[in-house]
Amino acid sequence: MFLQTLITGLSIGGIYALMAVGYSLVFSILNFSNFAHGTIIMLGAYIGYFLISSFKLGFPFSFIGAIVGAALLALINVRLAYSPLINRKAPPLYLMITAMGVSIFLENMVYVTVGSHFYSFPEIFKQSTIKFFGSDISPLDLFALIFSFIAIFALHLFLTRTKMGTAIRAASYDMTVASLNGVNMNKLIGIVFILAGAFGGLAGVFLGVKYMVYPTMGWITNKAYIAAVIGGLGSLPGAVIGGVILGVLETFVSVYVSSVIRDVFSFSLVILFLVILPAGLLGKYLEEKV
Amino acid sequence: MEYIYGVISVIGIEIIATVGLSVFTGFTGLFSLGHAAFMAIGAYTAAILTYFYNVPFILALLAGMLMSALVSFVIGFPTLRAKLRGDYFAIATLGFGEAIRVILENLSITQGARGLPGISHFTTLPVVAIFSVIVVWMTRNFILSKFGRNAIAVREDAVAAEMAGIDIFRVRMLSLVYSAACGGLAGGLFAHYLNFIQPAMFTSILSTQLTSAVVAGGMGSLTGPIIAISFFIAVPEVLRVANMWRLVAYGLILVLIMIYRPSGIMGYHELSFASFKNLFNRKAANQSAGGRRM
Repeated sequence: MFLQTLITGLSIGGIYALMAVGYSLVFSILNFSNFAHGTIIMLGAYIGYFLISSFKLGFPFSFIGAIVGAALLALINVRLAYSPLINRKAPPLYLMITAMGVSIFLENMVYVTVGSHFYSFPEIFKQSTIKFFGSDISPLDLFALIFSFIAIFALHLFLTRTKMGTAIRAASYDMTVASLNGVNMNKLIGIVFILAGAFGGLAGVFLGVKYMVYPTMGWITNKAYIAAVIGGLGSLPGAVIGGVILGVLETFVSVYVSSVIRDVFSFSLVILFLVILPAGLLGKYLEEKV
Repeated sequence: MEYIYGVISVIGIEIIATVGLSVFTGFTGLFSLGHAAFMAIGAYTAAILTYFYNVPFILALLAGMLMSALVSFVIGFPTLRAKLRGDYFAIATLGFGEAIRVILENLSITQGARGLPGISHFTTLPVVAIFSVIVVWMTRNFILSKFGRNAIAVREDAVAAEMAGIDIFRVRMLSLVYSAACGGLAGGLFAHYLNFIQPAMFTSILSTQLTSAVVAGGMGSLTGPIIAISFFIAVPEVLRVANMWRLVAYGLILVLIMIYRPSGIMGYHELSFASFKNLFNRKAANQSAGGRRM
């Protein structure tokens, strides 16, 4: 029982980490919380679902399709909604309000066009379970866990080993100096959003397979935001650690205490964290700039 | 006619909540995503008092306001004390709103998700009108007072305000308590207008509506949000559009306002008789100056 809960928690934590990475990437560059990220994840799940069930593309291609689709949506989002604000150097609060607007707009657009049905992915993983030290583990949990960490490791390599990755890290320290050194900020912001969107699409498909696909599934991503805050917004290792911690704690609370208070527990945890450790575990705390 | 009175009553109730939120978001510059929770607390407190204990309506309303104000300390004290960033505070209020709903759904006195039916109908149009005029007038005085000016200073630049000797925590806490009390009053009126409340009425949709009205109406204006919330309620009633399209429009309005006119429809201005006079004077001045400018 204990081990099973732990593995389930870890796999949820892995998905949280995938989503939290998207929040952290954007925050590290632009210093605002992109609340529209959750909607991009939801749309990624829808794209994956329709590719696999209506177009019969098969799991691998639908998976890639969802990632590409979500990345493109994130790019459109930043170009249409955020760029005008970024270009006139609007305060982060305005960007946050815009992000909320985008999220409300897209979520309800899905409601009125696609409808509020719950779609479930066709069975990809057999219902059978793997025996592991005497506890049953679903193959999906294991796959999500392993794949999440491979993807995050790949991102880590991209950020540390490539020129563009170095530029992104430089810009997260100081955008002005980075652009003075010849980094094309417009392109860099685009790439950051494409990365965040791609990770969102990945997470969306996992969420869709694990739970279901529906318009308000973006609500789950609030937990990912909490994970990012716990780990320290703007820090990638922080996002991963925060995601895993939250996923495991939450699963233990819902198994051993009560599943009703699970969400209340997460939100109380974040408030506690914000009060005691506003920078999160690994983040740098920035007061809103004067 | 009955129907139109109903719409006007709802507008009046929502004006009370919006005006409260505009003190907090518009004038103090903090963003809340959970203000529906304060309405819920006010609604349930007032409704339970009149329904189970036969407390007079006015006393029940006051109790609802008081309860909202007290609960606002629970969320406000730790988070405002820690001077959280704006977006951290927003996520904290989002969680708070959700937590309140979960609690209301699981208490026995609130009868859980089924809600409280059969609340007496005390909220008539004159009652709403009197309360909304009082609240708007009080809020105007509040903004023009020393605390209001301090709040605007904190919104414009918290660090500079602190250096000028303003206790940021106190100012923010006070405007949160004020807005929570307004929300509680609106909730109490709402419960006795609809005669039925359930936790599902106070979701993030309601919070979104209030916040959108404040942003669209103008952060730093009192009449702007009042106009905006009236439009938000009246226009869908007239057009008879589905609830969901309304939300699509709110999202779009937030984005467009931020891109094209971040200060909102009214900007930092107020709509008053003097402003009408100014408008005409300016028009006249423009006409006389028009020839030269061409």
